[in-house]
Amino acid sequence: MRILEGRKVTKHFGGLAAVHQVDFDIDQGEVVGLIGPNGAGKTTLFNLISGSLPTTAGEIRYKGKKITGLKPHQISKMGVARTFQSAKLFAGLTVFENALAASLFGTKRAISVSDAEREATELLKFVELPTVGAMPAKDLPIANRKRLEVARALATKPDLLMVDEVMAGLNPAEIAQAMELITKIRDMGITIFMIEHVMKAIMNACDRIIVLHHGSKIAEGTPEEIATSRTVVEVYLGE
Amino acid sequence: MGLLFLILILLATIPLYVRLYLVILLTSIFMYTIITVSWTIFSGPTRYISLASAAFFGVGIYTSALLGQALPLPLVIVAGSLFSFILALFIGLLTLRLRGMYFIIFTFSISELIRHSLLWWETNITGTVGRWVVMVDHITVYHVVLVIFLMVLLTAYLIRRSRFGLALRTIGEQEEAATHIGINATMVKTITFAISAFFMGATGAIMATKWKYIDPRIAFDPLLSFMPVLMAIFGGTGQLFGPVFGAAIFAYLEEILTTKFPYYYMLLFGIILIVVILFLPHGLVGLVQKWRKGGLKRQNANP
Repeated sequence: MRILEGRKVTKHFGGLAAVHQVDFDIDQGEVVGLIGPNGAGKTTLFNLISGSLPTTAGEIRYKGKKITGLKPHQISKMGVARTFQSAKLFAGLTVFENALAASLFGTKRAISVSDAEREATELLKFVELPTVGAMPAKDLPIANRKRLEVARALATKPDLLMVDEVMAGLNPAEIAQAMELITKIRDMGITIFMIEHVMKAIMNACDRIIVLHHGSKIAEGTPEEIATSRTVVEVYLGE
Repeated sequence: MGLLFLILILLATIPLYVRLYLVILLTSIFMYTIITVSWTIFSGPTRYISLASAAFFGVGIYTSALLGQALPLPLVIVAGSLFSFILALFIGLLTLRLRGMYFIIFTFSISELIRHSLLWWETNITGTVGRWVVMVDHITVYHVVLVIFLMVLLTAYLIRRSRFGLALRTIGEQEEAATHIGINATMVKTITFAISAFFMGATGAIMATKWKYIDPRIAFDPLLSFMPVLMAIFGGTGQLFGPVFGAAIFAYLEEILTTKFPYYYMLLFGIILIVVILFLPHGLVGLVQKWRKGGLKRQNANP
């Protein structure tokens, strides 16, 4: 079943086409990677899907419903969660409150505070952050910030999780843990759309990869197809 | 709980045992406390610094001047609150998409715009600047202000403890992320802004009856937009009682300083504020908390 589809999705900033007529389809249960050189429009595309930015043209559908034009909080409540490239935590709140807030507000149906508290606790355990609940989020080291971002996104009970460079700035051991986490999330039945620069991670984790360059989609396929594609290699390594 | 009840009874019956001057002083202290606490309900957690307090207070004052003769006092106060509430909803929808400095300037401008428009209206259209307000005796004013004070305190307490309060704090910390976990930030901010204006309007409506004569310059005095900010910083916005103590002490100081040093009391105020901002980033309450945590240790170089 198709969970997300984009048709001729376009975003112009003045004269610059940050995202230009991009078509994409994501099926339920897939892990899809989004790669491309810096400035290719990857994060912009995430912003368009999650509603942070209005599209200039084109249409995005989630579970068959049009979501272009909706506000971020509406899209979030429909089941689309995201993390941010530079972790945007609620820095002054405790780690626990970060997850709790997402649990309380992330769903359409109202949830009792005690249920939200239980969920937040479980999710912190799931991402292996249970012992730091009372600590302000700003005191976390970078790897744990990223985990908390993931926990917070999961607390909104998404069907589609968009992960923006969750492995940037991590050391090899932490990257391995992050990949494990991605696999665990996929096994929960959550569809994952991820931007990543760590090639090893993206090649291993993804069922399919979409490549953006200068705002346009230049390739799409399985990791093997992408790794051997001439266009992609040229874009990454230069002609 | 018992202690709170005792304090409440004491406050309610205070006009029976003290001189009228003290009752008037207390009224003025409560007035500042209400304005500061209601300012903090919105600006504390969200960190949107509003300079529109004078507008909401002034709307209350003008409501009192216009309706004071036609309606009984409780209705006048309710009307003043509602008009402020509605004005805040309107300003909120208009300005809450602005952030930081732009929001501050805009709120300040709105309140100045109202003041000047009213002045222009009275000068050019009605031809009479200012109005008389129906007087109410000092003891009644005191009691009404006390009731509003208790209401605003209760409201601030409930919001702080509720999920709504958590939403406000997430907005203050990282608004974009807040919207992505399903919080309708615009709505949450606008409603809270209006709730805070509600109490300012109520206070304006009752305080106007003390002043007998008002005009746009008195009613929309910009100083009243700055006072709650200063008082909240002075007390510390992290705790519910920060703004309460901040405003109470500040208002008392103002009274003492204006009578003892009428010429440079503003200068003294300025110095006190600079000291507080430099040395007590969490206000008076922050200082007390630090004391209770075991002595005033030297601050860490990078806290």
